[in-house]
Amino acid sequence: MTASVCLEKVTCTFASRSGEGSYTAVRDVDLAIEDGEFVSVVGPTGCGKSTLLNVAAGLLRPSSGHVKIHDEPLVGINRRAGYMFQAEALMPWRSALQNVIAGLEFRGEDGENARHRGAEWLERVGLSGFGDRYPHQLSGGMRKRVSLAQMLILDPQILLMDEPFSALDVQTRQLMENELLELWSADRKSVIFITHDLEEAISLSDRVVVLSAGPATRPIGEYVIDLPRPRDVSEIRLAPRFIELHDRIWHAMKDEVLKGYQQTRNRTAP
Amino acid sequence: MRRKLWVWQVLLLVALFAVWHVATHPELIPPVVWDNPSRAAFFFGEPLKILKVMGDWFTGGEIYPHLWVTLQETALAFVIGSVLGLAIGLWLGLAPFASALLDPYIKAANAMPRVVLAPIFMVWFGLGIWSKVALGVTLVFFIVFFNVYQGVKEVSPVVLNNATMLGATRRQLLRYVYLPSATSWVFSSLHTSVGMAFVGAVVGEYLGSAKGVGYLIHMAEGSFDINTVFAGILVLTIFALVLDFAVSAAEKRLLVWRPTQGETEQQL
Repeated sequence: MTASVCLEKVTCTFASRSGEGSYTAVRDVDLAIEDGEFVSVVGPTGCGKSTLLNVAAGLLRPSSGHVKIHDEPLVGINRRAGYMFQAEALMPWRSALQNVIAGLEFRGEDGENARHRGAEWLERVGLSGFGDRYPHQLSGGMRKRVSLAQMLILDPQILLMDEPFSALDVQTRQLMENELLELWSADRKSVIFITHDLEEAISLSDRVVVLSAGPATRPIGEYVIDLPRPRDVSEIRLAPRFIELHDRIWHAMKDEVLKGYQQTRNRTAP
Repeated sequence: MRRKLWVWQVLLLVALFAVWHVATHPELIPPVVWDNPSRAAFFFGEPLKILKVMGDWFTGGEIYPHLWVTLQETALAFVIGSVLGLAIGLWLGLAPFASALLDPYIKAANAMPRVVLAPIFMVWFGLGIWSKVALGVTLVFFIVFFNVYQGVKEVSPVVLNNATMLGATRRQLLRYVYLPSATSWVFSSLHTSVGMAFVGAVVGEYLGSAKGVGYLIHMAEGSFDINTVFAGILVLTIFALVLDFAVSAAEKRLLVWRPTQGETEQQL
C-alpha cells in the first residue's frame, strides 16, 4: 500500500507578531496516511493541529521538511484533497445549491448538469428541498452538511477535516459523525480528521495520532483502533474495547493536555 | 399600531404647515419680531403660495424637464462613481504596494472639500449635465471606494481558503469571492452614495446651469421669489424621498442573502 499523504520531518516556524523572535508550531513531524485510512489527530488546544492540516492541503508551506501526496512531492495547492474547515466557510451570498456546485463551476462545469449533481448531493446529505436557502437561513448542522456536500461533490481522494463538527451540539454532532462514516465507507477515501475530542477520534478512526502540547508539537503516540465496522458512534462508546482504548490513550495524553492548559493560562495571565 | 403612527405622522406634517401659515400670514397674528407684518412672509414664504407654485409646476408640466435632468445627473453620477469606486477599491484592496503608495493622495483627495471643484468642472465640461455628473462622481466615488477597500480587506480568510481548496484560480477568487463580497459593501452604502450623487447634481446646477431643479431655485433666488425657492426645496425633498424609497426596494431585492434580525433559522 502506498501512503496517500506523507509528511516527512515537517517543521513550521512563524515569525512572531512583534517582529523579533519566532514561534515553532510543529517540529519534525512524520505522519503517513495509508490509502483509504481514517486517521484522527488529537492533541491539546492550540498545539498546531490545524497547521499540520494546512501543510497537507498546500495552503501553508512548511519551513522545512517534505510533503508527498501519493509519492509525489506537493507543489502548491493539494488538488487531490478536499478540506472541511472548522469555521464557517460557505459563501454567504450563494444559496446552498450554488455553494455545493461552486467547485464544479471553478472547473468550468457549469449549467444544468452541475445543478443536477448538486441537487443529488444535497439529497445525499439530507437537504433536498433546501437548495435555494442561503447559509444564514440554515442551522449550524445544515451548514455543515452543505460544506460536506461541497467538498465531496468534487470526489477528492483525500479528506482533510479540521474539527468540522466542534461547533455543533452533541446530538447533531453524533448524527453528522454517523453520516460521515456512512459516506466514507461507500468509497473509502483517506481521511485526516483533526479533533480535540478523544471519544470522537476513537469512534471514527482506524488510527489515532496523539500530539504533544505546543510549541514545537510532535506526535507522541499512535494507536490502532481495532473496533469493528460499520460503527454507530453513540453505541460504540459503550463497548468494553472502546473504553479500554480510551483509557490507554487518555493516559498518554493527560500530561500533554495539562501542559497545554498551563501554557494557555500563562499566556492569558497578565 | 403602524397604521396609527402613519396617521400621526401626517397630522404632524399638517400641523407644521398650519403653524407656518399662521406665522407668516400677515394680519393673522400681531407682528412679534418685525414691525412690518409682511416681513415674515418675505423671509419664510407662504405655504399656500408655495403649494400653488408646486401645483402649477406639476399640472402645467413645467417641472418635468428639470426633474428629468436632475434625475439623469444623479443616476449617471451614481453609476459612474460606483463603478470607478468598485474597480479602484478592488484593485487597491488586492495590491498592497499600490495602496501604500497612493494612501496619502487618497486621504488628501478625500479631505478636500470637493464642491470647490465645481468651477473647474464647468470649465472642462461646460454648463450641460456632465459638469454636474463629474461633481457627483467625485462625491460618490470616495464613499464606494472606501467601503469596497475595507470590504476586500475583510473578506473572510476561511471563505477564501475554502474556495482555493475547491479549485478556484486567482482570477476566479476575484470573480466569485472578492467581487460579490465587495458588491455587498457597495450596496450597504447605497443610501449614502445615492444621496451624495443627488447633492452633487443639485449643487452643480445651483452653481451654474440652464436646466434642473437647482437651476430653478437659483433663478428664483435671483429675483427674491422666496416662495418659488421653497417650492423648489420641497420638490427636491420629495424627490429625494422617492429616490430613497427606490433604493430601499432595490436593496431588499439584491441583499436577500443577508441575515436580517429576527428571522428564524430552519431547524432540521
